[in-house]
Amino acid sequence: MSAAELSSRTTDPSAGARWLWPLALVLLVLLCLVGAAALPWAFDYPKGLRIPAQRWIGAFVKWLTNEAAVGPIRFSDITRFIAAVIDVPYRAALNLLSTGFLKGEGSQAIQLLPPIPWPAVILLFGLIGYWVRGRATALLAMGCFLFIAIFGQWQSAMVTLASILVAVPIGVIGGLLLGIAAFRHPWLDRALKPVLDLMQTMPVFAYLVPILILFGFGPTAAVVATLIYAMPPMTRLTTLSLRRVPSEIDDLGRMVGCTRSQMTWRVLVPAAQDALMVGVNQVIMLSLNMVIIASMIGAGGLGFDVLAALRRLDFGAGLEAGFAIVAMAVALDRLSQAAAVRQRSMPAPGPWHRRHPYVVAAILIVTTGYVAGHFLPAVRHYPEAWELSTSAFWAAAVQWLNVNFFDYFEAIKNAVLLNLLVPVKRLMVGLPWAGVTAFLAFAGWRVGGWRLGLLTGALSFLIAATGQWEKAMITLYLCGISTAIAMAIGVPVGIAVAARDRLWRAVQLIIDTLQTLPSFVYLMPVVMLFRVGDFTAMIAVIAYAVVPAIRYTVLGLRGVDPRLIEAGRAMGCTPRQILFSIRLRLAAPEILLGLNQTIMFALSMLVITALVGTRDLGQEVYIALTKADPGRGLVAGLAVAFIAIITDRLISAAAARTRERLGLTTH
Amino acid sequence: MTAPATLICRNVWKLFGADAERRLAALGPAPSLEALQGAGLIPAVRDATIEVRAGEIFVIMGLSGSGKSTLVRCLSRLIEPTAGEILFNGRNLLTASEAEMIEIRRHKMGMVFQHFALLPHQTVLENVAFPLAVQGVDRARREARAREMIALVGLTGRESALPRQLSGGQQQRVGIARSLAVEPELWFLDEPFSALDPLIRRELQGEFMRLQSVLKKSIVFITHDFDEAIRLADRIAIMKDGAIVQCGTPEEIVMNPATDYVREFTRAVPKAKAVRVRTVMQPGVPADRNAPSVAATATVAEASAAFLDGAAEIAVLGADGTAVGRLRREDVVQLLLGGSEG
Repeated sequence: MSAAELSSRTTDPSAGARWLWPLALVLLVLLCLVGAAALPWAFDYPKGLRIPAQRWIGAFVKWLTNEAAVGPIRFSDITRFIAAVIDVPYRAALNLLSTGFLKGEGSQAIQLLPPIPWPAVILLFGLIGYWVRGRATALLAMGCFLFIAIFGQWQSAMVTLASILVAVPIGVIGGLLLGIAAFRHPWLDRALKPVLDLMQTMPVFAYLVPILILFGFGPTAAVVATLIYAMPPMTRLTTLSLRRVPSEIDDLGRMVGCTRSQMTWRVLVPAAQDALMVGVNQVIMLSLNMVIIASMIGAGGLGFDVLAALRRLDFGAGLEAGFAIVAMAVALDRLSQAAAVRQRSMPAPGPWHRRHPYVVAAILIVTTGYVAGHFLPAVRHYPEAWELSTSAFWAAAVQWLNVNFFDYFEAIKNAVLLNLLVPVKRLMVGLPWAGVTAFLAFAGWRVGGWRLGLLTGALSFLIAATGQWEKAMITLYLCGISTAIAMAIGVPVGIAVAARDRLWRAVQLIIDTLQTLPSFVYLMPVVMLFRVGDFTAMIAVIAYAVVPAIRYTVLGLRGVDPRLIEAGRAMGCTPRQILFSIRLRLAAPEILLGLNQTIMFALSMLVITALVGTRDLGQEVYIALTKADPGRGLVAGLAVAFIAIITDRLISAAAARTRERLGLTTH
Repeated sequence: MTAPATLICRNVWKLFGADAERRLAALGPAPSLEALQGAGLIPAVRDATIEVRAGEIFVIMGLSGSGKSTLVRCLSRLIEPTAGEILFNGRNLLTASEAEMIEIRRHKMGMVFQHFALLPHQTVLENVAFPLAVQGVDRARREARAREMIALVGLTGRESALPRQLSGGQQQRVGIARSLAVEPELWFLDEPFSALDPLIRRELQGEFMRLQSVLKKSIVFITHDFDEAIRLADRIAIMKDGAIVQCGTPEEIVMNPATDYVREFTRAVPKAKAVRVRTVMQPGVPADRNAPSVAATATVAEASAAFLDGAAEIAVLGADGTAVGRLRREDVVQLLLGGSEG
């Protein structure tokens, strides 16, 4: 977005100078070959000039917790107060869904009211599904929650659901208000943009420690971390969708004499409703993504189960808890998507209970549930005898693979390590920071104008100046190789399924599942088969990052104007020619964006693969987390964010240019 | 006898570009298009002066980019003009405060939009009642008024439909009903029929004329369609490059185009459709006492049907029904054959 603006603002520098790219490359290679002796500082950033960002940030966080104050109130008191405020609705949701309302403490607690019985919760979700869409959605929602119950995940799932129920409304309302403010005040929008970029690209691990320090260990801190992660898309979508409200609607509001607040709440926000619901859906999905990481700072529930299983290397248990998260994600995703396009119907006239049939039904379900639960224990708690577990099967499957194919796995792993990973790693680590920084600045200038060049150069320099260069290069090497392989798999798969509707629907189901499956779950089988190391990390990253590669290729190919394909056929192109010179050519901007997303996915996964012993920035973040060192974690996290921002800006600018050249309208 | 002016717009300028106000002042009283562009300003409206009289349909006609939409938004101050004066019932709108403007727009102005601008989440009834809801009128009163308006545009029975369930023509009827809900004195219509199919467009044009014959609003009607302008207007202003190149009755414009640009438009329009009988009639009464008759305000094209029986002359009647002149067959034939050229 911003890159596109940049490129349109600056004059096009592409006039003629086609030799500039090769020249820049040659210069970079020359520097690598002969520079080591002549310019040692270009390879190792001088220690004396290093920016002590770690110390500064560490001291700042310490100051924030211990000394900072607004008037007589200490800053940490404010954050603790916020935590306490969030805690109230969280407790209520938790009592209602999981623990029941208690009186007293610990083992002497008396249950005043048990939690809502599980069949009632399932029926409630069915009711919501029926309300927003119809019978099919109702059945799907109920099926998902029944699945959770059957696999014995009910208790944990309700804890997770409680934190989602708290985080999502706060994220939606907060994002909405922030987005409206940014829409009204362009200066706020400009100021917010880089902040949101950082919030979205910084690995979550990096800010867990400061949040812990400020908000304390526990579910509310987890909610705060979730909010930081899940709110930016809502904010962006709000600003964007308000801006996309047709100008005539805006004129209408002013012509009928709306005041400012009438304009916002009665005209603009309702008119942007559909787009805003997409934002709500995003907040829900991102909150679910955060479930596991949030469990590291005290959110219990399914995330905790996955994490515990990972620590025990109990693949089966982890997978089951993981699939419970997927089931919940599918249910909430479909419900919120259906709610977004729901046809409003006029309420039937009549007395209250006739006008609100769904409220009446919900009350009936809950009361019946409680009454039934009072007499039947099986309604109160899902009986263990009905539970199903496949955990042993998965463990056995992995073990069988290990026993029978261990040598093959080792051979493959070693071959790839020796022939691909190690040489590339050596090459990347050997690159001079000064040369790479200059080259990135040059690339930014060429694809997006001098502002972009300045940005990419500056960010790259900051990575080197804060002493993160070598780890950044290792990150880049793992990310680069994984991305390349993910694209090499994803693009052909995308091409193969794009033209076949039914196949695409099947593949879509698979990649949707892959995407909602918590990334930690990927790690487990790979670790069990290949043990720890770069290769394992690479496989896990590829499995996660291949999704956008497929998705965007298909979207791009399917978006090609069918008239152009028809024209190609009329001119007598072979299917091959149509694919290569029409469809792929026109889908190129989409595929570039797919590449961009693949890189973003790979980067976010890389941080998690630090758990399996890589030596990159992710590891640095992770170490900082275990040592509770906010400065170290944030600096490494920022370095990851910078890498993400550099690649994102460069590729977006390139995609925008391609699109412009192809004469496709930018959206 | 001309009706008093409801809206007077005097020397209005709208320029886009940084610091436009000061730089326009620096360029002197009436800078040329080239001078403005040379100064890096984008002129949207240049020195527009028009007068909308009470109860008349004033059409602003221009091609896309001619500044007509900007001008109509300046008239309601949706866009702040760079310079000039806009008098609404003698009050200068450009000096009104924001709160005063809100009051004026709420009670005195209504607007119909090209793409209808209906709120997608509200029913027909809620959409029509919306301007009243904004004013804080209570539900029973505003819905009663909205139902009245919906009946006026012939949509009774569709009150609980949502905009997307209606055809384009029906949606614009809702837009018209909504703009009339507050009983505005001044009615803006911004290309109201341009997004509709030709047949529906004609139907709504007829509907619009019917409404106006009952309501007698002061109307500013924007269009890019010269035929539509001729058909509906009491007076037309033709715009080009932000300036008004000619202003007059349809007849005046067709008979005496001021510039070659205007002549290009009139060329394709049969004169008989614009020229009124009173312009070409002769004094006196027809020799044949039983000759058919037409109104003096009818167009010659409408009158021509009366000659089908072979009459050589027909009677022309004034507003009170008495004969005010006679229309000769040869004059009609000459005008018809003279056709669109000239």
